[in-house]
Amino acid sequence: MGTPQIVFLLYGLQWTIILALVAFAGGTVTGLIVALLRTSESRAVSRVTAGYIALFQGTPLLMQLFVVYYALALAGLRLEAWQAVAIGFTLHASAYLGEIWRGSIEAVPRGQVEAAKALSLGYFWRMKDVVLPQAIRISLPATIGFLVQLIKGTSLAAIVGFTELARAGSIISNTTYKPLMAYGVVGIMYFLICWPLSIWGTRLERKFAVATR
Amino acid sequence: MSTSASSPAAAAIAPMIAMEGVEKWYGTFKALTDINLTVRPGEKIVLCGPSGSGKSTLIRCINHLETYEKGRIVVDGVLLDNNPKTIDVVRREVGMVFQQFNLFPHLTVLQNCTLAPMRSRGLARDAAEATARRLLGRVKILDQADKYPAQLSGGQQQRVAIARALCMEPKAMLFDEPTSALDPEMVKEVLDTMIGLAKDGMTMICVTHEMGFARQVADRVIFMSEGAIVEEGPPAEFFQNPRHQRTKKFLGEILPRY
Repeated sequence: MGTPQIVFLLYGLQWTIILALVAFAGGTVTGLIVALLRTSESRAVSRVTAGYIALFQGTPLLMQLFVVYYALALAGLRLEAWQAVAIGFTLHASAYLGEIWRGSIEAVPRGQVEAAKALSLGYFWRMKDVVLPQAIRISLPATIGFLVQLIKGTSLAAIVGFTELARAGSIISNTTYKPLMAYGVVGIMYFLICWPLSIWGTRLERKFAVATR
Repeated sequence: MSTSASSPAAAAIAPMIAMEGVEKWYGTFKALTDINLTVRPGEKIVLCGPSGSGKSTLIRCINHLETYEKGRIVVDGVLLDNNPKTIDVVRREVGMVFQQFNLFPHLTVLQNCTLAPMRSRGLARDAAEATARRLLGRVKILDQADKYPAQLSGGQQQRVAIARALCMEPKAMLFDEPTSALDPEMVKEVLDTMIGLAKDGMTMICVTHEMGFARQVADRVIFMSEGAIVEEGPPAEFFQNPRHQRTKKFLGEILPRY
């Protein structure tokens, strides 16, 4: 395996990172909305959101990407591969992050919300200034854990013909006839991104465990 | 109490808080039964009774932390219904102090005190901080303004909570067992703060078992049992000649400690 192959893999790696960032950014925005709807005082809103979360947690990501790319195309909505993948991952991430953050919001002691209400803080300020700053701290380890999953999950984008790191690896493997070498390098590349994140997550977990003791 | 009403007679008549026939259920459990309570501006009420008698539920209805199913509550002339606007108006006029302090742990003492005035009353930071520093001084904790709640003792935290509520310049204050979560040596500093507030004419409803405080400060002591008001009267009368059997039993259990 020579320089052109490595460059090709790095090109794939670049798309993996971009995809993960897009999915995480999209998932953060929509996930926050999902978490807020899920913790809504309206039971109907909360139930519908619970259904959304159940749907995306209960079906394989592979299938979700498939549906967004091919089924929408059959319905007349033709999307570029990267658009379909971005939408698919955003939906997927929003369900998982929404559920993680719902738990974190509910883990903030009830007295905090009551104190904010008693001070006549409306819903927006109550969430922005009182609940979410505390919920984010609680959720950080799980959020980082999910980010790591998401990075690895981007390999599924290959199914719609998107050339990210895993697909780049399989192309190199097919052209060089050295699958062990190709996939070995690909594995190391994934590991080098995910491992530092995992360590960071564990560290934060320890830090907050000490802080809340 | 500085009432701004034009006629003193009108001020004397208009109650600060009026509860009429208030009833509340938790499912099939009746938490409050036919509560009638009128609190004049500047009046100090102490609510006592065994645990589960509905004292906390009663005062939590006044700022709509609990809903009620029957009757009506009028706070400073505003009928408290389920309309978010009226709830907001009432909450702005009524401060509350909780048993567990409920300070915001991620904000400094000063930020705890300025958050609501800035967000809810639209005060500029300078004005909010000036008010906060004045009131933190009043509860004698100004030197801790830049610390976080976790760095303070329980008594200090509760005094900050009182200052935080006062920063909204409320017309009435609700105290929900403010000293029950405190170590004994810290009870006095919080009670002294409350006594000072009472002397300045604040309208207060205090759920507490501090009968010394009740004797010294209360205009009326109210005894509740099983969600209903059983008996009420000025402290001297209440403690000397309790009329009802349940009141006698309760006082018999609680008073030897004081």
